[in-house]
Amino acid sequence: MAITAPRQRVDRLGLLLTAAGAAALIGLPFVVFKSNRIVPGEPRALHEVLPLWAALGFQAVLLGDAAVALGVADGRRRLAAALAGIVVLALAVAAAANGLTPPGNKVVRIAPGGASWVLLVSLGLMATDAITRLRPGPLARVLLLALTLVIAGAALAIGTFDNLSVMREYAVNAGRFRAELLRHLWLAGGSLIAALIVGLPLGILCHRVPRLRPPLLGTLNVVQTIPAIALFGILMAPLGALAARVPAAAALGIRGIGAAPAVVALFLYSLLPIVADTVVGLRRVSHEAVEAALGMGMTDNQVLSRIELPLALPVILTGIRVVLVQNIGMVTIAALIGGGGLGTFVFQGIGQNAIDLVLLGAIPIVVLAFSASVLLDALIEALDRTTSVSAGARA
Amino acid sequence: MIRIENLTKQYDATTVVDDVSFDVERNSITVIVGTSGSGKSTLLRMINRLVEPTSGRVLLDGADTRSEPAHLLRRRIGYAIQGNGLFPHRTVAENVATVPRLLGWPEERIRARVTELLEIFQLDPALYASALPHQLSGGQQQRVGVARALAAEPAVLLMDEPFGALDPIIRDKAQEDLLDIQRRFGTTVVFVTHDMDEAFRLGHRIAVMSQGRLLQYDRPATLLTHPADAFVARMTGLSDRALKLLALTTAGEAALPGSSDGPRVASSASLREVLSELLWRRADSALVSGEDGAPCGRLTVAAILARAHP
Repeated sequence: MAITAPRQRVDRLGLLLTAAGAAALIGLPFVVFKSNRIVPGEPRALHEVLPLWAALGFQAVLLGDAAVALGVADGRRRLAAALAGIVVLALAVAAAANGLTPPGNKVVRIAPGGASWVLLVSLGLMATDAITRLRPGPLARVLLLALTLVIAGAALAIGTFDNLSVMREYAVNAGRFRAELLRHLWLAGGSLIAALIVGLPLGILCHRVPRLRPPLLGTLNVVQTIPAIALFGILMAPLGALAARVPAAAALGIRGIGAAPAVVALFLYSLLPIVADTVVGLRRVSHEAVEAALGMGMTDNQVLSRIELPLALPVILTGIRVVLVQNIGMVTIAALIGGGGLGTFVFQGIGQNAIDLVLLGAIPIVVLAFSASVLLDALIEALDRTTSVSAGARA
Repeated sequence: MIRIENLTKQYDATTVVDDVSFDVERNSITVIVGTSGSGKSTLLRMINRLVEPTSGRVLLDGADTRSEPAHLLRRRIGYAIQGNGLFPHRTVAENVATVPRLLGWPEERIRARVTELLEIFQLDPALYASALPHQLSGGQQQRVGVARALAAEPAVLLMDEPFGALDPIIRDKAQEDLLDIQRRFGTTVVFVTHDMDEAFRLGHRIAVMSQGRLLQYDRPATLLTHPADAFVARMTGLSDRALKLLALTTAGEAALPGSSDGPRVASSASLREVLSELLWRRADSALVSGEDGAPCGRLTVAAILARAHP
């Protein structure tokens, strides 16, 4: 042929993901079947749990995905293929669960097997990689996240996955789940807000009085190095004593264990990122802009609120993002000292050797942390586009 | 207009500005020139109290500048700095409107003033009013910086090396614009620079500073013909002082009665430019024509050379 074919290069990530997916599908169970919650699971392969046409169709979709992963460079098509793969995988697992569950039986447990998890991770990596290649703007990323959450939420709401073991655990714990989810958000968000109320003024003070910076940031740094469990322990004694001596404190719910030490510990961990990023953000503000603002007759407070804080906001938000994601994760441990939150399910599940219960706590934590991260990243980027110095240099 | 009395600024043991006194005339451009570290910026910043003097005082229209809170004083005094100091998160219009907003002008008046200023500075409001500073070129940013300093119609404008970051061609245009603006509004300008050529181009009066002390405060021509000491002579430039002196007089000012069949020169051209033109054309005399184009006298090489020394 006269036309020179473009040199076909095999995508390395695609090769890795395809190999992992294929090996998992051959060597690992597609779902795990348990006749009740406690007995060990029995592996079930794809062809055992789906009708022949469905199994073949599912494999055809995966083959298509592999072809795209290996040979297509276009980000949009890779993303579409990966998302289609994830949807089909979810439907296949749901169908397997429905097929294996005898009608009316609430005792059997069907969980996704190793193959399903490896495929989910592979397709998820493929999607993430495609999004990275596409470099979507902040708004597009938020819309993509919202769309994903809406579709997943709708599928959960109409009961697509009701016969999966995690959803069985949910059905049993629905009331508690709602309460613990709200508590989780409250603990993570409340300690963040407290850290902002204290940290922002401290950061501003550090900026205004440079002498204070080393001792203050140094102290917060030390706090940061204390392991969470140790900090909970350290706080138990003083908070317990406080509750015993001051009835008003006890009436407010302050105790040696429970939510109080959890919130205080998270608050302490949150301070360093907030204070440090406030200082960094304020230092980033162009000296000329501040000088001009003062020279034109703004008062110190006007310079702070109209010039310095708005220009420092993207960096401060970076600190808030770090704190929020960190808190959503760390609140989990608060369950150990009776603080509540989704960690309750995780530790209960570990105690009962019930992996489904662990997942009931862990999956929403991951989704929350991931969503918070995407949302704040998008917000930071959107703000930074208008205020950054680098944007000025580019023009 | 502005009287500077025995101003001194000390930081610990270092004296940055040392007992400086001079008067700035109304409706003029006064240039403070000096090497870096001469205290010229500190002196300027003591006028609007960004720096508080250790001793001495500044009188503005006869009133001590310390008689009102510093931020209220600064709202009455325009201030433009090197690198323009525009607020990167505010649009051009919002930047220009800064001081009128602080003063609580009605929105209608602010909008009219912003439009007027952008037009004066050749920035089409339709295109630039809602642009962010980083979308503008360096020269445009600098013009917005000066427009912002003039927004509240201040009687006094302080400028701290405002054109220092501009390339030569844009800087030339900026200097020309400043001269136009100053004539148009009658603003009293105090201008700090380290560039003696800029000082000669803009200044009605020039204050030469070194190591915190005011060495000489005079008209540009006097600085050339009667430098106070060797340092001032060196600052003003020994190698081309004759040409600098010629550059300070216009053809119109020096024109002799009579006519010439030599090249025509504009009465606004400097003697330096006329001399260059005559040398280039190997002519002996030039015909000076006024702004309306009508001849208003003549200039000879000999007459020009007679003005090239004290």
